[in-house]
Amino acid sequence: MAVRLVLLGPLRDLAGMAESEVPAPLHWEGLLAAVSPELAMQLNSNRVHIACGGVVLADKTALDARDGEEVALLPPVSGG
Amino acid sequence: MAVSEALAAFDAAHCEAGAIASFVGKVRPDETVRALEITHYEPLTLPGMQQVADRAIARFALLGLLVWHRTGVMTPGEPIVLVAAAARHRRDAFAAAEYAMDHLKSAAWFWKREQRADGWHWIEPRGQDHEDLARWV
Repeated sequence: MAVRLVLLGPLRDLAGMAESEVPAPLHWEGLLAAVSPELAMQLNSNRVHIACGGVVLADKTALDARDGEEVALLPPVSGG
Repeated sequence: MAVSEALAAFDAAHCEAGAIASFVGKVRPDETVRALEITHYEPLTLPGMQQVADRAIARFALLGLLVWHRTGVMTPGEPIVLVAAAARHRRDAFAAAEYAMDHLKSAAWFWKREQRADGWHWIEPRGQDHEDLARWV
C-alpha cells in the first residue's frame, strides 16, 4: 500500500527523480525520513509547500496521506 | 492554436463587448538563452488559473476572460501566456488583464528553467512579482 510522491521544479533535480512511491500512511516525520537529507532541508524551508490529494496544505507538518493518495512537493513558482 | 486564432475566437464570442484588452507574454529574446521549459502540476495548476479568473470576474465588470498558458519547451520569441479581457468599457478590460497577469506570475503553479550553453538553469521567483501583486490588495 503506497503513497505517490511527486517532485516539482528544482526539487526534481535535487532528488534525481520526478516521482517515487513510499509506504502509506505518510506523515510529516515519515516524509522527512523517506527523502535525502538535502531534500529534507528544502522541505523544512517555508518556501516549499506540500499538496496532498490536490490540496495545498496550510500546515505541512499536519500531512496525513493515505493509501493511493498523491503528495506533491512544491518549490516556489516562477511562472507567467 | 495560435495566439491570433485564440484572440479571433474570443472576439467573436463577445460581440457585445465595447473593449477587449489582451496581453501576450513571450520568451524574451536573449543571446545566452536557447530555450525555456515550463512545467506544471496538473491537479493544482488549472484549478489555480480558474481561481485567478474567478477573482478577476468578481472584481471587474467583465463580459469574458481568456487565460491561456503553455507548458513544455519554447524558443525565444514564442508566446508563453495569453490573457484577454472583454468588457463594455476599456478600464475594466485593461485592469482585468493586468490583474490576471500579476496573479498568474506570482501564484500559478508553473516552474521555469532556461537552457543556456552550459545546460539548464531553474529560474528563481522575482521579488518584483510579489510587489506587483501587492498593488491589488
